[in-house]
Amino acid sequence: MTEFFRNRFPDAVIEQGNQYLTIKTDAAAMHPIAAVLKSDKELQFDYLFNLTGIDWSDRFSVVYHLESTVFGHEVVLKADILNRENPSVATVSDLWRTAEFHEREVYDLLGIEFVNHPDLRRLFLEDGAGFPLRKDFKDEINLIER
Amino acid sequence: MNADAMKEVELNEIIASKEDGKYIINIGPQHPSTHGVLRFVVSLKGETLEYLIPHCGYIHRGIEKMCENLTYPQIIHLTDRMDYLSAHMNNEAVSLCVENALGIEVPERVKVIRTILSELQRIASHQLWWAAFGMDIGGLTCFFYGLRDREKVLDIFEESFGSRLLHSFICPGGLMQDIHPSFQKRVKEFISYFRKKLPEYDQLLTGNVIFEQRTKGLGILTKAEAIDYGVTGPSGRASGFSCDIRKKHPYSAYDRVEFREILANEGDTYSRYKVRIEEMWESMNIIEQLIDQIPEGSFTAPMKAIIKLPEGEYTQRVETARGELAVYLVSTGDKNPYRMRFRTPNFSNLFVMNHLAAGAKIADLIAISGSLDLVIPDIDR
Amino acid sequence: MSFIYDFSSATQAIDQWLKANLSPTGAFVAELALVGLTILLAYAVIGLYLVYAERKVCAFMQNRVGPNRVGKWGLLQTMADLIKLLMKELIPIRKSDKLLFNVAPYLVIIASFLGIAAIPFAKGLHAIDFNIGVFYIMAVSSIGVIGILLAGWSSNSKYSLIGAMRSGAQVVSYELSVGLALLSVVIFSGSMQLSTIVESQANGWWILKGHLPAMISFVIFLIASTAEINRGPFDLAEAESELTAGFHTEYSGIRFAFFFLAEYMNMFIVAAMAATVFLGGWMPFHLGNLEAFNRVMDFIPPVVWFFGKTIFIIYLIMWFKWTFPRLRIDQLLTLEWKYLLPLNLLNTVVIAFLVLMGWYFK
Repeated sequence: MTEFFRNRFPDAVIEQGNQYLTIKTDAAAMHPIAAVLKSDKELQFDYLFNLTGIDWSDRFSVVYHLESTVFGHEVVLKADILNRENPSVATVSDLWRTAEFHEREVYDLLGIEFVNHPDLRRLFLEDGAGFPLRKDFKDEINLIER
Repeated sequence: MNADAMKEVELNEIIASKEDGKYIINIGPQHPSTHGVLRFVVSLKGETLEYLIPHCGYIHRGIEKMCENLTYPQIIHLTDRMDYLSAHMNNEAVSLCVENALGIEVPERVKVIRTILSELQRIASHQLWWAAFGMDIGGLTCFFYGLRDREKVLDIFEESFGSRLLHSFICPGGLMQDIHPSFQKRVKEFISYFRKKLPEYDQLLTGNVIFEQRTKGLGILTKAEAIDYGVTGPSGRASGFSCDIRKKHPYSAYDRVEFREILANEGDTYSRYKVRIEEMWESMNIIEQLIDQIPEGSFTAPMKAIIKLPEGEYTQRVETARGELAVYLVSTGDKNPYRMRFRTPNFSNLFVMNHLAAGAKIADLIAISGSLDLVIPDIDR
Repeated sequence: MSFIYDFSSATQAIDQWLKANLSPTGAFVAELALVGLTILLAYAVIGLYLVYAERKVCAFMQNRVGPNRVGKWGLLQTMADLIKLLMKELIPIRKSDKLLFNVAPYLVIIASFLGIAAIPFAKGLHAIDFNIGVFYIMAVSSIGVIGILLAGWSSNSKYSLIGAMRSGAQVVSYELSVGLALLSVVIFSGSMQLSTIVESQANGWWILKGHLPAMISFVIFLIASTAEINRGPFDLAEAESELTAGFHTEYSGIRFAFFFLAEYMNMFIVAAMAATVFLGGWMPFHLGNLEAFNRVMDFIPPVVWFFGKTIFIIYLIMWFKWTFPRLRIDQLLTLEWKYLLPLNLLNTVVIAFLVLMGWYFK
């Protein structure tokens, strides 16, 4: 599978040696890769079981854990978002329905915008609450800094 | 109208239009049936649902953010409180993640005990689910039958761990302390007791004509939809989605016990119900296979006082009573995780409600949400 | 002590005493007051102990004990609850129709009160003996549904309205089945007067004399009347787990107590009607012309027979409330209109035919 990915996605970085095979790319190129992962007959990654947003202090990244219920293989897709002011990446909710809600949560807690999302609203918090999961989040009342 | 893409703005338009017979009602956050603080904004025409918007976040405590400031043994106590009815499985997920990251092999005794505890917890969780589900459908006696039997499990837990509900017993390295000497005996007594009592559940509710009419053919979730929405656990297996992590990626002692994965094809409320009842039987089988052969040994592997995971990212998936819990840990070599992500089963299970409940009646909404077995703190974390 | 076998001797004695000592109108007013007070007392006491009985039966079904702290065996529990409810604050609602909101509980109580008055408790203990007794009780119990609808409407809350609408549809539909089921015994006995119906069962109860069609009628009557009183598997008007409390969500204190009490007394009326019409009322269990057997059965006072039968039916009704899940509103209405009503009509025709041909135990 590693070879297949290297051939298909020449711009992405394929990493082995972790728990799962990892495909690293940047935000713009993520959606085409994800579409291929879902639709390709040999791959058929139809089950997205985790969608995480991570705040590295200089950039964001969104991590997708994918599994195929047909073949049983798993892969991790990572999208790096370099723009810290207005982070945004394409949504995958058109490929996997469950992503719609995971992405709402990431938007709520980290502030990453998902382009073309059908209903991008906050999920847990109210409108003025900021983005708590960011590393530079400051809240004098509720958050105690050590 | 695509119900899934309904925004608040369009909701207000419906209220303003005052179409004949249409109205919006709020179910929750305080409600006897939502089993937690969850609000459903439901648009009704007469008694029929048109669409449903769940509003969660009433019990959002920021567990993922808190984990970034806590050490790994401290995180165990937080994981208890996510899905409190599958507390042991949550603890096990984080413990296994940490142990795999460090490359530590826990003693056999620990593995077997962890498996037994997970299955006992699964039985207790399904007992409470059955009690609450029966009560929601209207058979109030089910509540007492289910809880009466659950008390026996909770007594076993209390003897060994000191608390009935939130134990924090499984920790990185093994267990917090050894189990009580009478644990084996009591578990065996419980199994033989419960094997006689579980048929009573069938007598009371399963074959009842009223119950079957209320649940058969209701809220049908096809296999493709279950995979698409990420519905796992008994709800997903009832649609034919073979998602049992205990079979796909076995952990602890699951690779050496024989048990069936319960699958059904119809995907309606009744099959979700049947799958959970069958799972209780299978859990008892698993416990019976293991309870006599708990190996002697230490109850923990030697661990350092301060646990620091090497840099990298680690994933661990376990099967809780409600579905697949995935723990994704990003570590930068520190004693606190850099990012701790819990992919909880109830989060994905909740958002399929709109799809299932469209076109049903209010009474059906209660039945469907009961059959999905949602525990709200798991959704909000 | 022979008056326990025939209360008419006691009532005649009181009547004569009053007429002797007071003017005719005075005697009349005194009798009115006496009967009214007796019925009020009976209503209150029976109501209180029915609530207690329900809790004990419910506990028995659910493998627990029930109230056992207040008074010996918890007998004073309902008194304590009543005092608590009387002392609670009556929370008024903004923007509700004040008049209707206040009137609704009283309508429900009045309806059940009127029904109690016509029940034959024993030989001679029959307050109002209309010659259209059966018809009267059916008519009067329908007034209760107006109270329920008013309660739901005037509460100005969507939940209450949903509950009241459901209840209204349910009660109106099931009245047909109740009426037809009662009609079957009217056809058998040839009279609507309750005392005549009871006396016609002197040689056997109608459920036995009327063999199969009467038994079918009895079962239909039980099902339909459970739906009439919003109880058991048909209690979605007040389904606690769905709508919190349905049409009486917004009521507190004594007004809630009225709804609660009226529900239990309706259950008593329904059970008493079933006992009177199908199971012989205060008639002991007689088998045709077996003299010796009938003599033995006669030893037990009629009051005991009546209450025994009523309590048995109340126990049945409570039994299947706590066992079965709840029906959904459309399933409930389907049950009535598509199954019970045609069956009932067919049964009535069969009974009429049987009576014509004389193919029943006379």
